[in-house]
Amino acid sequence: MEARGSLDGRGMAWLSGGGEESEIVLSTRVRLARNLQGFPFPIRAGVEDSARVLERARAAIEAADSLAGADIWTVDSMEARDRDLLLERHLVSRELLERASEGLSHAALVLSTDDAIGVMVNEEDHLRLQAFGAGFALEDTWRRVDRLDEELGALLPFAFHHELGYLTSCPTNVGTGLRASVLIHLPGLVLTKEINKVLEGISQVGLTYRGFHGEGSEVVGNLFQISNQTTLGKTEEDLVDHLARVTGKVIEYERSARTVLLREAPTVLEDKVWRAFGILRTSRSLSTGEMLNLLSGLRLGVSLKLLPMPRVETLNEILVLGQTAHRSREVGSTLDESDADVARAAYVRERLAEDETPRDHE
Amino acid sequence: MNCDNCGERQAEIQLTTIEDGEMSTLHLCSVCASEKGVSASAPAKAPLVDFLAQLGKGSETESGRLPMDPCPYCGTTAADFRRTGRLGCAECWVHFDERLRGLVRRLQGSVQHVGKLYVHAGSEIGDRIGELAALRRRLQRAVDTEDFEAAAEFRDRIREIEASS
Ligand SMILES: [Zn+2]
Ligand SMILES: [Zn+2]
Repeated sequence: MEARGSLDGRGMAWLSGGGEESEIVLSTRVRLARNLQGFPFPIRAGVEDSARVLERARAAIEAADSLAGADIWTVDSMEARDRDLLLERHLVSRELLERASEGLSHAALVLSTDDAIGVMVNEEDHLRLQAFGAGFALEDTWRRVDRLDEELGALLPFAFHHELGYLTSCPTNVGTGLRASVLIHLPGLVLTKEINKVLEGISQVGLTYRGFHGEGSEVVGNLFQISNQTTLGKTEEDLVDHLARVTGKVIEYERSARTVLLREAPTVLEDKVWRAFGILRTSRSLSTGEMLNLLSGLRLGVSLKLLPMPRVETLNEILVLGQTAHRSREVGSTLDESDADVARAAYVRERLAEDETPRDHE
Repeated sequence: MNCDNCGERQAEIQLTTIEDGEMSTLHLCSVCASEKGVSASAPAKAPLVDFLAQLGKGSETESGRLPMDPCPYCGTTAADFRRTGRLGCAECWVHFDERLRGLVRRLQGSVQHVGKLYVHAGSEIGDRIGELAALRRRLQRAVDTEDFEAAAEFRDRIREIEASS
């Protein structure tokens, strides 16, 4: 298992644009928080403890069949710019990057060769096992992370309590340590102003939501991450199944909202998505927030066949590669905000042009 | 549903507060919410920490059960936990058990894990891990008190156990 240098395109298989319900659900992920017996949790661990945890984890990961040939990156030794790439790809938390920037975290990212599963070492917990799926794929994603857990749990002694289950650093994760989430695009519910009702309903049934950028982030681009709120008192299967059933309902609501919009205000809708296209295709300066909001219009337009392009895959790519750290990396220097906005606009124009075909011009 | 505060506008935001140890949920319209300093689009950044801060205020003055000894293994104090919302080690879960149960019940609605059952193959390994943990604890204490002779001894024994695993 080696750090194979480049992070290019890694950890992004979940944005491939495929999978079930991919018109509405971008991606699915399930993670399990695990800690090793006999070591303080990362928040309390000294550098030596963390180094030893990483050493143990690495040995187990190398022995696990499901991670055969996997790549590992140690976060401390990465350039700051590359670390930000991980954040924009939703692979690590901001908290971890703060510790890693001091060079003392001994945090590492492990990804299977197909990017379908991975492990974060020395995040908030010693291990965060993760599985990723494109589209709406909770069942399959859960099964893959479960298999990884079985393998690593046989190789490493996990901290487990007969009543409280898997012990975690934060009480909100104790028990199963499971967080299942779907990244879902809900412009129909936002435009029909039904969204607050739906979000309220979600929190009443033990689920929670966050914005695209994770914990504490604003909702931008009509993208929501819906996940289970609690981790204790239910089996993993029940937690996953519950999220799947509620998400299924939300997808239904979103569909009917889109139908209503198409029926009641087709011209307004068509105008909206073409304007979004026009701005993205021609602007000379674009903030991340504006980009995300306009991409939402494009995504809606494409899924309702109001726009003949771009491909969903392209939209997903822009979602990640259009962010500031990715633009900075492309030009090879750290861009300040206004330069990043200019670089972002240029990239989006170019990327959209690639997807155009002559007959689509009007 | 109408706003709990003005009773006029449509409630859009759910605000969970803790007063006198009681958790309550308010449904507010965006106007009343912003008056209370809550933003419509951003969920609270670290709700658990707020939760704990509120909780701590109550228990410190009322029950006087604080301060409690720090966790004997990692040194985490009740105050540390309230500040960060994070426990320092698996032992913390045992050490702060009584205090944590109530919190966990409120956060999770349960204190009984019913998910995967974990048994690590070979309790021998478990014992060894426990011994290692104890030795590391002693090593740390020896280093802290600058008892380098004892520290060297503990270090050697840790290496021995690690080499035999
Ligand atoms: Zn009001
Ligand atoms: Zn502790």
